[in-house]
Amino acid sequence: MDHEQDIAAGPLRRLETMLLIRAYENQLVELQRNGAPGTCTSVGQEACAVGVVEALDVRDRIVTNHRSAGHLIARGADPGRLMAEVLGRVDGYCGGRSGSLHISARELGVVLTSTIVGGELSLAPGVALAQKMGKGEPGGIVAVFFGDGAACEGIFHEALNLAVHWQLPMLFVCENNQWQAFVHRLETMADTAIAEWARGHGLPVETVDGNDVEAVHDAAIAAVAGIRASGRPCFLELSTYRQRGHFEPDDQAYVDPAELQAWLARDPIRMQRERLLERGLIDAVGLAAMAQHTRERIETALAFAQASAWPAPDSLLEHVYA
Amino acid sequence: MTRMTRMSAEQAMHQALREEMQHDPDVLLMGEGVATKQRDLVTDFGADRVRNTPLAEAIIAGTAVGAAASGLRPVIDLLFAPFMAYAMDALVNSAGKLRYLSGGQFRFPLVAIGMTGTGWCVGAQHNHNLEAMFVHAPGLKVVMPAEPADFKGLLKAAIRDDNPVLFFADLGLLHQEGEVPDADDFIVPIGKAALRRIGSDVTLVSYAKTVAVCLEAARQLADRGISAEVIDLRSLKPLDEDAVLQSVRKTRRLVIVHEASGLCGIGAELAALAAGKAFAALRAPVVRLTGPDAPMASSWALEQAAVPQPETVTDSVLELVAYGASAPHWLGDALPGGAMATEPVLMKSY
Ligand SMILES: Cc1ncc(C[n+]2csc(CCOP(=O)(O)OP(=O)(O)O)c2C)c(N)n1
Ligand SMILES: [Mg+2]
Repeated sequence: MDHEQDIAAGPLRRLETMLLIRAYENQLVELQRNGAPGTCTSVGQEACAVGVVEALDVRDRIVTNHRSAGHLIARGADPGRLMAEVLGRVDGYCGGRSGSLHISARELGVVLTSTIVGGELSLAPGVALAQKMGKGEPGGIVAVFFGDGAACEGIFHEALNLAVHWQLPMLFVCENNQWQAFVHRLETMADTAIAEWARGHGLPVETVDGNDVEAVHDAAIAAVAGIRASGRPCFLELSTYRQRGHFEPDDQAYVDPAELQAWLARDPIRMQRERLLERGLIDAVGLAAMAQHTRERIETALAFAQASAWPAPDSLLEHVYA
Repeated sequence: MTRMTRMSAEQAMHQALREEMQHDPDVLLMGEGVATKQRDLVTDFGADRVRNTPLAEAIIAGTAVGAAASGLRPVIDLLFAPFMAYAMDALVNSAGKLRYLSGGQFRFPLVAIGMTGTGWCVGAQHNHNLEAMFVHAPGLKVVMPAEPADFKGLLKAAIRDDNPVLFFADLGLLHQEGEVPDADDFIVPIGKAALRRIGSDVTLVSYAKTVAVCLEAARQLADRGISAEVIDLRSLKPLDEDAVLQSVRKTRRLVIVHEASGLCGIGAELAALAAGKAFAALRAPVVRLTGPDAPMASSWALEQAAVPQPETVTDSVLELVAYGASAPHWLGDALPGGAMATEPVLMKSY
């Protein structure tokens, strides 16, 4: 696709991917209500995932955390296989062993996922070191997604220092969603701490509106280009908001309703929809068709996941050792 | 007569915290979200003593160790036991060793709480019964209750103890209810096992969630004319060796059941104990029924398969009492994974 075309197609595609992520997450919420295991949804953070992942190419690797559905779907993961994984079935990306919290999909370049907060930061420099030392395709970089909470772990600084000093091709993506499980981040750090800490390590840092998918995308494109050209790491802090609870179910009784409302008014999907309508890139009919298509994909995914078998109990010891 | 109130294990822990904070102004509570989830403690004891922390286990534990050495009695909630890996340095290398290395100049009265076990289908980075790792660390005590009353009594004992205590809460038990003594001087001493059922043919020793598995097996066995004694260890370090030995000398058969994996686990220690100190009494080999030496899967079907089930215990005991009468086929492969079910016990539809 040439650049002209992409000016129209890119934003539309990004809207559609965000819709798919949202619909997927909402389906998991409903499944949880029917007894399935709970999940950490990325509702409200879709622009972060889509804006960054679309700026990567096939050579690149992704390392992520417990709130990974957006990253996986934006990378092209099949919602059916994701859902099967969450339900603990054999057709999931990890054969039901992971569940929602540690899904990796090597075929997609989503190489390691840790639900130990900070685990993603501890693993990513090694993946980048391997890229740099000739494993994987030349020019590949590593994007590591982590939360504002992970920035509180000491490993955050250890990873940044190593990446800078060893000149590792890494994009650090902090999805600052204001929450660290049941603790507001301002209870644990100064407002601008994350970007300042990162700057202290001596790498390029940018703070971006994480609910504006085009702003995220532009920043990510520039950062990725910079990393490929220099071989050195970059840091993006994406300001966003966790619209739902930490882990389903969660009544969010501890959340300030005014703050939640303010962020809901800046919902990333709504913002992109309004932008596209305003620019005449889509109309009501187009939006309805997009919504319908998304619904169908999730229905197909759900049917696939529910039809998938449970792993056989005697497979329990498979994959403990290579 | 002791007054009792029916409550969940989680409520019993909360009551223990409240009473001990009332009892001793040096007790403080720290952790990711403790102040959010226990607002009433903040209200009653102040934000100084009930602290939400940054998401940083290493410094939570390190701070607890430093504060304990300096006169406070910190209780830290580290959430899921696997997160203790980040805190391991402070707990194992500092709390467990610096009293000794300082020639007894300091003491470390602190409690570290972590949740373990199956039941939530959350996978191995949340679900790991790693209690034996801490049993292996000198200078630490380790407790792991099975009943709401013990959640209260052991937590209070842990807070009052002058040593670092690891308090493991089996998450499968947190919402189970039981009668809990109201008295605020109710303490369950660390290092004392509880006899949950009296029997004469076999001793079933367990702790945490699998105590109930043993009790159910004992009921099934009673229907078949076999009398099983059930011991709930409650404390893993120090271990109540006398309680186990006394029972084994009586029943002359020992089966140890736990969700944690078998290799170098509590069961191994008890088997060595029986072999070393009750050898003459044993009529049959000691059997361990444990979780497998594998990370815990999230899938409900695999989670079920990994956990010792009552039927497995019952079957093993039936073979054990027949020992000597016929060649036991199970002897060679009772471990690891000897407890694995071959069929899911229930079926789920979601
Ligand atoms: C080492 C560790 N500590 C605690 C947890 C429990 N936990 C899971 S996610 C989470 C909050 C993480 O906050 P953040 O890094 O901001 O990511 P977010 O959940 O907001 O996406 C916590 C405390 C964990 N998984 N790992
Ligand atoms: Mg966060």
